[in-house]
Amino acid sequence: MIQFDNVHKSFGPKKVLQGVNLSIAKGSSMVIIGGSGTGKSVMLKSVLGLITPDSGTISVDGHDARTEDRDAFLARFGMLFQGAALFDSMTVWQNVAFRLLRGRLKRPKAEAREIAIEKLRRVGLTPDVADLFPSELSGGMQKRVGLARAIAAEPEIIFFDEPTTGLDPIMSGVINDLIREIVVEMGATAMTITHDMTSVRAIADEVAMLHGGVIQWSGPVAQMDNSGDPYLTQFIAGSAEGPIEAVR
Amino acid sequence: MTAVLAPFTAIGRSVIALMTMIGSVALFVWGAVSHIFRPPFYGREFLSALFNIGWLSLPVVGMTAIFTGGALALQIYDGSSRFSVESVVPQIVAIGMVRELGPVLVGLMVAARVTSSIAAEIATMKVTEQIDALVTLSTHPMKYLAAPRVLAAVLVVPALVGIGDIIGIYGGFLVATENLGFNPATYVRNTADFLQLNDIVSSLVKGAVFGGIAAVMGCYYGMNSGRGAQGVGQATKSSVQAAAVLILAANFLLTSLFFSS
Repeated sequence: MIQFDNVHKSFGPKKVLQGVNLSIAKGSSMVIIGGSGTGKSVMLKSVLGLITPDSGTISVDGHDARTEDRDAFLARFGMLFQGAALFDSMTVWQNVAFRLLRGRLKRPKAEAREIAIEKLRRVGLTPDVADLFPSELSGGMQKRVGLARAIAAEPEIIFFDEPTTGLDPIMSGVINDLIREIVVEMGATAMTITHDMTSVRAIADEVAMLHGGVIQWSGPVAQMDNSGDPYLTQFIAGSAEGPIEAVR
Repeated sequence: MTAVLAPFTAIGRSVIALMTMIGSVALFVWGAVSHIFRPPFYGREFLSALFNIGWLSLPVVGMTAIFTGGALALQIYDGSSRFSVESVVPQIVAIGMVRELGPVLVGLMVAARVTSSIAAEIATMKVTEQIDALVTLSTHPMKYLAAPRVLAAVLVVPALVGIGDIIGIYGGFLVATENLGFNPATYVRNTADFLQLNDIVSSLVKGAVFGGIAAVMGCYYGMNSGRGAQGVGQATKSSVQAAAVLILAANFLLTSLFFSS
């Protein structure tokens, strides 16, 4: 379980997180929604130690994320970045097998390549993609490679940062279905950040809305449309009218 | 009152910013150096850095050195002829190249070619979240990106300086023997007899220090770059400026250290 307790984070005078409290149950898929610049990515990066909160605690299975052995802690995670964040100096298979080619999970090169090709197949890419460089792939293919890299070491917890941003609706649907399938298949805990309500409905078990630096609403995805929360209702409707200011 | 204090406030802010940066660079250097000696070691990244910094810099180092050596021979000949001591050309070309021009010009060429490339590459990795991706893949960016580059530069730039020194002296030799009427055998003998071990050691030590400065500045500014294309551009520009100034400052300090007596 991932637990946020009264987490605060500011960047200069800008207070981004102002007391975030949230629990993500083991094996569930939590989607965080909210306007641009509300701190969704900050929440996610705080768990991984990429950003250090000013105060509050984040724990994973009851252990403080900051005091855990870093290597062992990070080995439990996989992450799909918004722009895929593939290493452009490496081929596709080397990107996917990055973790398997070095460090504590190191395997023989041939075995690592085999696993990478299997993971590429899992995300719908053929083995001939393995020796291409990321710059030779379309945006959708790069996202799939990023997804293959995220699951290559079979992590317990997977983070997805805006997985469908910049993709056409059909490719977005493909990525959403893949994420859902993989999370269910692996039994992993998932935390996704998105603005895309179609993704929310496809991926989420639970939804949390971040607004004003706090979790404005959280609950099962089935209750999202009838929450009665004016902020969430406005966000789902995509309306300029409501408590969320259109100009921020 | 506020207007009176404004210049002091500005000076104070600049001093604090400078001190903060010095502290930040010092911590960065400590981090990079400490990662060189702690496992895991990324041999492939080290070899790649060695190739990029060393082998690929050879053409620019060679061209710079040969033209500088030739120009130096012409200048010394012209200057020394005023005192009828033209025979000192081989000695002055050798000492000028080995003690000063070789290390400084190679250092500046490495700053222009390698520092800029390291800063731009790492800054782009930062902007595109590749550095965050490294962390999530249990790989320390300092260990993976900075340590191999700094170690490679410290080891290979002295070799570049040595090669630059030889090519520079050869440039002077070509001009002196082809244009100025020097006897080739005498030129070589005078050069070899005049150079001392201390000259060569100082040249190589300067190379190691300048290489370290060039790589550290590239990595530091790359990892601390701002967002977007402008951030990458700014990081690249600042890294080259800082490396060039630090190389010249370090050259003065090292020259004082080696030759003040």
